[in-house]
Amino acid sequence: MMANKLPKVPVVIVGMGWVGGIIAAELTKAGINVVGLERGKSRSTQDYYHVHDELRYASRYELMQDLSKETVTFRNTEKMRALPMRSYGSFLMGDGLGGAGVHWNGQYYRFLPYDFEIYTKTVERYGKNKIPKDMTIRDWGITYDELEPYFVKYEQMSGISGPPELPDHVGHMSKPFATPPMKTTPAMKLFTDAATKLGYHPYIIPSANLSQDYANPDGIERAACQYCGFCERFGCECGSKADPVVTVLPVAQKSGKFELRTHSNVTEILHDGKKATGVKYVNTLTGQESVQPADVIVLAGYVFTNVRLLLLSKLGKPYNPKTEKGSVGRNYAYQVNGASTSVYYEDREFNLAMGAGALGSSLDDFNGDNFDHSDLKFIHGANIRFTQTGLRPIQYQPASADTPRWGQAFKQETIHNANRILGVSGQGASMPYRYHYLDLDPEYRDSLGLPLIRLTFDFLEQDRELVKFIAQKTKEIADGMGAAKTTMNDTIKQYNIVPYQSTHNTGGTIMGDDPDTTVVNNYLQMWDAENVFICGASNFPHNGGYNPTATVGALAYRTAEGIEKYIGKGGSLV
Amino acid sequence: MQGIIRVYPSRPVSREREIPLTKQQSRQPKDESRRRFLKYSGAAIGGAVVGGVIGGLVGRNLNKAGKNEGAPPESTESPAVQRDQDYNQALMFFSQEQFQTAEAAAERIYPQDDNGPGAKALGVAFFIDHQMAGAYGFNAREYMSPPFYKAEASQGYQLTFKRRELLALGLDALNEYSQQKHAKKFPKLTPEEQDAVLTAFEKDKVDLKDVPASAFFAMFRNLAIEGVYADPLYGGNRNMDGWRMRNYPGNQMSYTNEIEKEEFIKMEPLSLHDHLQMG
Repeated sequence: MMANKLPKVPVVIVGMGWVGGIIAAELTKAGINVVGLERGKSRSTQDYYHVHDELRYASRYELMQDLSKETVTFRNTEKMRALPMRSYGSFLMGDGLGGAGVHWNGQYYRFLPYDFEIYTKTVERYGKNKIPKDMTIRDWGITYDELEPYFVKYEQMSGISGPPELPDHVGHMSKPFATPPMKTTPAMKLFTDAATKLGYHPYIIPSANLSQDYANPDGIERAACQYCGFCERFGCECGSKADPVVTVLPVAQKSGKFELRTHSNVTEILHDGKKATGVKYVNTLTGQESVQPADVIVLAGYVFTNVRLLLLSKLGKPYNPKTEKGSVGRNYAYQVNGASTSVYYEDREFNLAMGAGALGSSLDDFNGDNFDHSDLKFIHGANIRFTQTGLRPIQYQPASADTPRWGQAFKQETIHNANRILGVSGQGASMPYRYHYLDLDPEYRDSLGLPLIRLTFDFLEQDRELVKFIAQKTKEIADGMGAAKTTMNDTIKQYNIVPYQSTHNTGGTIMGDDPDTTVVNNYLQMWDAENVFICGASNFPHNGGYNPTATVGALAYRTAEGIEKYIGKGGSLV
Repeated sequence: MQGIIRVYPSRPVSREREIPLTKQQSRQPKDESRRRFLKYSGAAIGGAVVGGVIGGLVGRNLNKAGKNEGAPPESTESPAVQRDQDYNQALMFFSQEQFQTAEAAAERIYPQDDNGPGAKALGVAFFIDHQMAGAYGFNAREYMSPPFYKAEASQGYQLTFKRRELLALGLDALNEYSQQKHAKKFPKLTPEEQDAVLTAFEKDKVDLKDVPASAFFAMFRNLAIEGVYADPLYGGNRNMDGWRMRNYPGNQMSYTNEIEKEEFIKMEPLSLHDHLQMG
């Protein structure tokens, strides 16, 4: 089949999740014509009429990428043969209009000022020797203060609900959250009281599940969250959880300057070695190939998509861990979970089926560099939280480790515990290493015959030490929550791709101020092709102790501004 | 199906967990007490779902068709039983023997007890049958392309078998192993013997020719739990009794008025079917 060559457009965006949606809305508002390519199908709130279906959405991954068509391969170290992730486990790639922005929980945290200058600040306080060999932390090429106005844009657009004031040790906000905080449950109160008694600074988690009805600056109106308990892995049937489909995409559509093409799977960025000329994509239903020429190409996919497209297109310099040269695929990081304490009550049950994806309380006393690491064998830390996101009976089987996994004792214990356990846990930061990276798999291919992305990653000493330390803090808080008993987990083993952990994968197209070792500058403009912009968590040089979407959202607004500038004057923006 | 099993001769599985199994067995209601339990269960939840528990009748008829031959058909005409007719309870994938084996094994994974019904009364074997007949049984949305290599545990499932293939093989193997050990098929064993057989599979004390027995067991165990707690639309969790046992309210549209309440709130659960009726 001959590729169908289409007329040139000013901007083409690859991927219609949060990043693609935000950039489409901003550019079309500025009068620029945009084509949006989405490999999955279209979606709206009407698709979620029967969304309260744990089996279909949570266990069968209704909203996720079809792995039979494309997956990733994985190994812990370069000594292993990477094998395909044949079924879902550790993380879940989204698919379809809105991308992973549809199935997120809505927990909203701006990264800490420390995160953006992690190298400088770590060396300043502890000296160069604090950073272990092969840990490749670096400053982001942008400061918190520079990014601050873009956080505000995202918060006002999505209606983030949060406390009027946050503790001093998180970044200063020039404008309060758009709506008041979410409701407080009895279990949240137990966590908050225990943490406050210990002198910590808990606050209600900022949330993209609306605490009240909200009209945003674009005139988009959404209704308050109903606390139905179906956020993560689900779409929101009433549009209360901010997602691209109910916030930014309608703005782009209304402009008359936006053309959305679904079922359009981009396979290559076309370029002449200096600039990109367009993209090639395949209609996933018909197999028809098309070439879409454009002045500006925006990669707005998930981490794996952004990196893979650059590598498949031979655009940019692939990272080589042996020589430490090159940039594309560098600094893959994840999330270090595992520090947690379970809080068992005998005489009391909680309404744990009720909740919202971003309902909970958290503290940052042991996040970033908010505490002294002089005598600790790790840097950074974790946001410590209690969340009440809605427990569902298939995936939540609360039995202690020494209980059999089936039979009468299992049944008895899981039924008894169903509404009696609270969890205090740390969401740990993940530092990059020389040998943790993404490249193309030499053997496995997708359904079109193109190489899969290969992931090389493991947990290291830094992660084990972090988990050990943070776990003690979760235990300390949990012990003050008036429970019958608490049990702590303070160990983290080899990274295993089977159990679900977190869909917070980061790195691979990192930002910074060095054209040789980073992929994009601080406008998310590619060093090696000035008309290519790449935005997403793939820009993070490391992952913080937080959910990534706030920072991704802010970077997306920054990118949109960069593209506008570039269309105006051309050339490198820095 | 001959020769797919090799028992490790050095590790007599039936003795492995004799004491705990005996203890557990003593807590299992027998057939007699099951009937008493059915009454109890109906009373405990207001009688509205008695029909659902009687749903076990369909399974019994399949299992012991001969025994009921003499029973007049009029005996099923009470209103309660008529309401219970569930034309969704038929087989899409399993042979009759596989179904009976799955039903018996699922009941051991999630047995009936003082908390409420077990997997059999909840229709779990129908759930598993229906799942195997569809996309999930075919691993339709999973990467099943070759080559297949031996994997590290951290790399997850790397077998060539699709779920429906692994499940059918495993159920047949349960029977073959039971036949070897006890000269009876799995459904005819005592609950204690069934637990020992399942434990042998769980702990890989049984050597299936092409796959680890534990891979079959882990998959079957997960399917059984899903069948207990998935929305009843999938054929298990009959009348939402799986949810009731855990006080799980199912598909509610809003908890805005309850979310801040101190006390635990018990609700009559709602299913997606209820939602459809509400429009």
